[in-house]
Amino acid sequence: MLLIPCPFCGPRAEVEFSYGGEAHIARVENQAALTDEGLEDFLYLRSNTRGMHAERWRHAHGCGRFFNALRDTVTDKIYATYKTGEPRPALDATS
Amino acid sequence: MQKFSAFALARRAFGGHAGWGRQWRAPEPKAAYDAVIVGGGGHGLATAYYLAKEHGLRNIAVLEKGWIGGGNTGRNTTIIRSNYLFDASAALYDHAVKLWEKLSQDINYNVMFSQRGVLMLAHTVHDVQVFKRHVHANRLNGIDNDWLSPEDVQAFCPPISLAPTMRYPVLGAALQRRAGTARHDAVAWGYARAADSYGVDILENCAVTGIVQDAAGAVTAVETTRGTIRTPKLAVAAAGNTSVIMAMAGLRMPLESYPLQALVSEPIKPIFPCVVMSNTIHAYISQSDKGELVIGAGTDAYISYSQRGALHITTHTLDAICELFPIFRRMRMLRNWGGIVDVTPDRSPIIAKTSVKGLYVNCGWGTGGFKATPGSGNLFAWTVAKDEPHAINAPFRIERFRDGHMIDEAAAAAVAH
Repeated sequence: MLLIPCPFCGPRAEVEFSYGGEAHIARVENQAALTDEGLEDFLYLRSNTRGMHAERWRHAHGCGRFFNALRDTVTDKIYATYKTGEPRPALDATS
Repeated sequence: MQKFSAFALARRAFGGHAGWGRQWRAPEPKAAYDAVIVGGGGHGLATAYYLAKEHGLRNIAVLEKGWIGGGNTGRNTTIIRSNYLFDASAALYDHAVKLWEKLSQDINYNVMFSQRGVLMLAHTVHDVQVFKRHVHANRLNGIDNDWLSPEDVQAFCPPISLAPTMRYPVLGAALQRRAGTARHDAVAWGYARAADSYGVDILENCAVTGIVQDAAGAVTAVETTRGTIRTPKLAVAAAGNTSVIMAMAGLRMPLESYPLQALVSEPIKPIFPCVVMSNTIHAYISQSDKGELVIGAGTDAYISYSQRGALHITTHTLDAICELFPIFRRMRMLRNWGGIVDVTPDRSPIIAKTSVKGLYVNCGWGTGGFKATPGSGNLFAWTVAKDEPHAINAPFRIERFRDGHMIDEAAAAAVAH
């Protein structure tokens, strides 16, 4: 089980959190102008990174807030967590 | 290839079993092949076998980054069934079941296919309605599926508890009698041996590091840890690592890779006659011929390539197993492990050409790829050889996520997640 450092509450067990998928996917502002390719990209295509992955988590059984985490998907080690809206920290995967 | 038979077995026995040779060669990679398959799991090896046997492509290679049978093929819970709701899925999975029924004879290797029946339990009124709909839909597609009352369920599978005090009591079950299990390692080894007998080169410890394309974008070669190999056709069957391989050709995939866990108990005498699945309380279980109870858990919440998952996932499954089968409560679990499964948004696979000329992909089998192994390989071989899909896998295109023609087994809940 992951030990996830919530930026608001500190380190807590994974069972307190729900996973929110890949981070930094901006909702399209003008959906009427969206092409089929654009909609496919927004809804379904994912980087599915092997290595350092930016992802959303929600502290569902805690503060209830969304935040982002940088996790190496090969080792599952979490390198950083940061608040929604903040830029992705510059960290490289070690594996 | 040494032909296996009762006579051959007796002859080797009198020779002290000293005369068994390698089951497949360990060749050096050639400079070029007519087709190269990435991934030496069941799907990749079956693809190579059918390419050689049915389409006459003999100058081909299978690249495996580890060893044969070391990935998801050797990590799953070996359940085989075809009771899917939608026509496209039912045709796909029943194509596989029909090939399973003759596979041991076809490849002269005992894959221990056992049609012991799969029970899918209903625990709520909604389950009952959904599974009855499945039974009818399956019958219209010529796939056997019966509805059983709780008493019939217990007669078919005596260890099951019908206690009315259960949080989710058993209200009935759908039973596919042609469904069952097979020995997963034997499937990988049998296909490897059979493909090798047609001259297919199986290259183990050979990871793909890049895909070479010409000016027009067509595949010309694949770079590996054992050198560059020229090929006009590259067929990817890399399960959880499909996104990584396809990114080498600049393609983004509608896939996410999750850990899926399974576990086995200590071996015991035969007690469990069939396969039982419960989607609602999330457990599935059967007994291997070695005597271990084989138990499947769910996927972890997050994407990962670590081939392991968290204990609370398996614990949750064991809660359900202990409630359904109180007789197993004092058993000890022997081993637990994870595999990385690639999941599509609609939970149906992709067997298709791609927008890159000469690049084909067979992926997205999610939590249930083993059951499709022969059918998947058979149809993928057709697609690669003829450069067009077979009628059965034509609906399983990549483009369905763009134009919306999904095969939404996720919403149909015909598969366990």
